[in-house]
Amino acid sequence: MQAKYIKKIIYHLIVGCFAILLLYPVIWLIMSSFKQSEKIFATAESLIPQPFILSNYAQGWAGFGDYGFDTYILNTFIFVILVLIGHLISCSLIAFGFARLKFAGRSFWFAIMILTLMLPYEVVMIPQYIIFAQLDWLNSLKPLVVPAYFGHPFFIFLLVQFIRTIPRELDEAAIIDGCNTFGIYRRIILPLIVPALATTSIFTFYWTWDNLLGPVLYLNSPSKYTVSMALNMFLSNETVSNWGAMFAMSVVSLIPVFIIFFIFQRYVVDGISTSGLKG
Amino acid sequence: MQTHMKQNLWGYLFIGPFIIGFLAFTIIPIIASFYFSFTSYDLFNAPRWIGFENFKKMFTSDPRYLHSLKITFIYVFAGVPLRLLFALVVAMLLNTASRAVGLYRTLYYLPSLIGGSVAVAIMWRQIFGDDGIVNLALMTMGIDPVRWFGNPTAALWMLIFLSVWQFGSSMLIFLAGLKSIPQSYYEAASVDGASFFQKFFNITIPMLSPVILFNAVMQTIAAFMTFVPAYIISKGTGGPLDGTLLYSLYLFKQGFEFFHMGYASAMAWVMLVIIGILTSLIFFSSKYWVHYESEGGR
Repeated sequence: MQAKYIKKIIYHLIVGCFAILLLYPVIWLIMSSFKQSEKIFATAESLIPQPFILSNYAQGWAGFGDYGFDTYILNTFIFVILVLIGHLISCSLIAFGFARLKFAGRSFWFAIMILTLMLPYEVVMIPQYIIFAQLDWLNSLKPLVVPAYFGHPFFIFLLVQFIRTIPRELDEAAIIDGCNTFGIYRRIILPLIVPALATTSIFTFYWTWDNLLGPVLYLNSPSKYTVSMALNMFLSNETVSNWGAMFAMSVVSLIPVFIIFFIFQRYVVDGISTSGLKG
Repeated sequence: MQTHMKQNLWGYLFIGPFIIGFLAFTIIPIIASFYFSFTSYDLFNAPRWIGFENFKKMFTSDPRYLHSLKITFIYVFAGVPLRLLFALVVAMLLNTASRAVGLYRTLYYLPSLIGGSVAVAIMWRQIFGDDGIVNLALMTMGIDPVRWFGNPTAALWMLIFLSVWQFGSSMLIFLAGLKSIPQSYYEAASVDGASFFQKFFNITIPMLSPVILFNAVMQTIAAFMTFVPAYIISKGTGGPLDGTLLYSLYLFKQGFEFFHMGYASAMAWVMLVIIGILTSLIFFSSKYWVHYESEGGR
């Protein structure tokens, strides 16, 4: 009995301490954001801010130059929501087509879709840029948002897998009740794939929120910057010692990610464990 | 006939958006990129056909390219195995009936969750600074502090550590895989007197091998395309002394800083070929180490 307890304590000590060690940089970042800028590195060994100040947040929120951090947050939310709507509509329609409809060329297009999953963005990056430049879409959200309305292979695949688990008898019953194909999608499938749509939404949120390369390529005026871009700007404008404001806004940029994670944890964990979505 | 036509029509109505998007945002750019890779193109003047010049330049007269390729290989082949090893060890530690596992799983996953963000790259930059907490910890242990930004090798390892730190998503996949191994296998092995290591190499690894394969492929591809940490940590320069000039970053700089669009396109194609070869090598080797239950196994 005694030995079993000791074993248990040792296990929790090891696993717990390792977890703390792993997360220490994040804890340090958060605590440092409450320190005076000049003390962050002078007292790097201590987690306790002395004195504890909030002015970093006020300063960071006021931002650089003409725009406050609220502008960047708002821009990013608009970006995320537009992409999210695109993914939900397009991916569910496309996935329904692949999973439920029989048509000539289905396996061909499905294979193509799987192949695009593997295609590095770098290969299409430059021509896409040129196309969007020709369309006069530079310095707008359009190049970042419009493609989302044509599906995303990862989420299409995820939804196809999910739809395949729904019994076909439901579709057949609906046909007997007079539903057409769109009706089956709308009334039968859509309500049943809500969990998979939740996973899609969460990962769309993460990927869009964190996206840096896209905004770096397409957004030039600070009024349109996203949070990632703003942090990047903070870093490159890094005046001698304004660490505090930069740390504070880094923390702010992580808050939505944490909130979404803690609310929808189950979907995140299931999404990764079952389909290998990268977090 | 009538119903066939109707079925096809419905099918293409639903997957239509994918086909249109594929043509507009994938296939046309792919063809264009292939063409550009044989040209000299600066975005402002018409592309000029130069045959294989770009490819020749890469491998014969651009030492920076070869350097970038080399450090990317180091980054991938040091980072991915380390990351998978961590993921597997922690997944095995967490594969117990303890009630605290849910909490631990969340804690270990958090770095993966936020790892791709600019905020974390900024944080990483600061903790590895000359007076950052990593050096403080080294000094406490009696090790000389490292000037992470003064030495290209150290800077590259800083990126590798960042990648290893994010082992959480692979860990979740391994954990799901471990849970699906029937407990009876281990019980039978215990009855036969198998040691921990025998069980590990004869049950855990073979049963988990398809998941390891999947992880290895996905992580290798993703690692090869790493951009954000290198871009942020080096403030877009790839420095010090090109120590963090990963492939994607160099490609980005060639394209959008020097406006060598033709050269950058050629780089993208070489990247595609390399990723293709790496993926097929992993798949080819999988014949020898991946065990599929459905084939009957042993």
